[in-house]
Amino acid sequence: MLLGAGPFIRWSYITGNWSQIQGELLQHIVLSLIAVAIGTVISIPLAVLAWRYRLVRTPVFGFASTLYIIPSLALFAILGPITGFVPPGSYTTAEFALVGYTLLILIWNTVAGLDAVPSDAREAATALGYSETAALIRVDLPLALPYIFAGLRVATATVIGLVTVTVLIGLGGLGQQFTYGFNIAYNTPIIVGLVLSVALAAVADLLLVGAERLLVPWGRSRRRALAGR
Amino acid sequence: MGFLAHVFGWFTTSANWTGSQGIPTLFWNQLKLSAAVVVTAIALGGGLGVFLGHTGRGGLIAVNAANAFRAVPTLALLTLLAIQPAISLKWDGFLASWLALTALAIPPILTNTYVGMQQVDADVRDAAKAMGLTGGQVLRTVEAPLAVPFVMAGIRTASIEVVATSTLAAYVSYSDLGTLVISGLDTNDAVVAFSGALLVAVMAGLVTLVLSLLTRIVTPVPLRRRARRSLLGAATTGVPAT
Repeated sequence: MLLGAGPFIRWSYITGNWSQIQGELLQHIVLSLIAVAIGTVISIPLAVLAWRYRLVRTPVFGFASTLYIIPSLALFAILGPITGFVPPGSYTTAEFALVGYTLLILIWNTVAGLDAVPSDAREAATALGYSETAALIRVDLPLALPYIFAGLRVATATVIGLVTVTVLIGLGGLGQQFTYGFNIAYNTPIIVGLVLSVALAAVADLLLVGAERLLVPWGRSRRRALAGR
Repeated sequence: MGFLAHVFGWFTTSANWTGSQGIPTLFWNQLKLSAAVVVTAIALGGGLGVFLGHTGRGGLIAVNAANAFRAVPTLALLTLLAIQPAISLKWDGFLASWLALTALAIPPILTNTYVGMQQVDADVRDAAKAMGLTGGQVLRTVEAPLAVPFVMAGIRTASIEVVATSTLAAYVSYSDLGTLVISGLDTNDAVVAFSGALLVAVMAGLVTLVLSLLTRIVTPVPLRRRARRSLLGAATTGVPAT
């Protein structure tokens, strides 16, 4: 299978192009981080609203699901005219689309987490005299953290994969290795981009698992139950 | 308003509706590729999921491997396959696209089928065995019907992803709606890119609709209420955080 397009991997390509690859990796990380961070900041308040007010739930989920089913490439094209299509390599266009994909995943998981807060815990908070807001911040949201982290892990992996598609609007992070390798029919760049983006996803996932362990020390047994689903 | 008027103008230009680059041909090509991919993925991923779920052996390893595989970017597989001389741009890019997208569609279907088979209550399975049903009968009359909502959720997730991602096939020279998007992006023709994107969104919507109806038809009646409730969750939890 791997004949005629160069050897599977040629190490001299990597050493010779290391600074280029490093730059793309950095861009990949920046694009992903911004998307997940903005997605989280938008999703959690929306999820809280959707959880507390039934009326808000339908439009919030409707909006997020619509964004989710629009193909990534199409979303870049649709958003282009709105966010400034003309300059290729627009971070704004890329981020709008990437953030759009995180919303459904993050909102859904946060609402599921808030729904799963045991009523005992909430009643105890009320009995202790917590206001609704205080109970939300100090009881409901912390107890929903395992679900929020599950959402963050899926969203992060999704975004890291999607960033490669932004190569078609002049960004792409490691995705640039794919188009380069394709254009000159050369395996090594594609393999390098593939391995590094999978590794990046794995490292990000490990970091999230670590962060969850720090923030949810009581969630270890429950996490196992969650992962089994 | 000017922009949307141009888009409207593009859609009402009769030249855009005929020939090998016309809307009907491109739409059909994308549907054809997506259908081929989903059917192949159901045969491979669904078959493996049923086998692993029924025997209960090695399933977790397969599911974790499938999920890890999801991290591989589709564009990497597409470009890598398309530059192999044995595959290259055969069948106008269909072959490489079909293989790459099938690899993308297998994990959600495999995972959901396996989980669907595993969540069948052990008591129910034992009761079926105690009544004298053979392994095959347990699978057909007990496990499979109870797993339907999960399997369908996996197929829905995979189908939407495939329809969306088959736009990328245009990058390895397969002619579908992605051709409009990519050539529009390349030439800075926002109208063409936007129109192509709109058509893909329409197709994704149609596929969602058809599959929701199909899910309702194939779901056993007592399971329908539960299936509806988990419909939205299925789209995102098709990727369990393992």
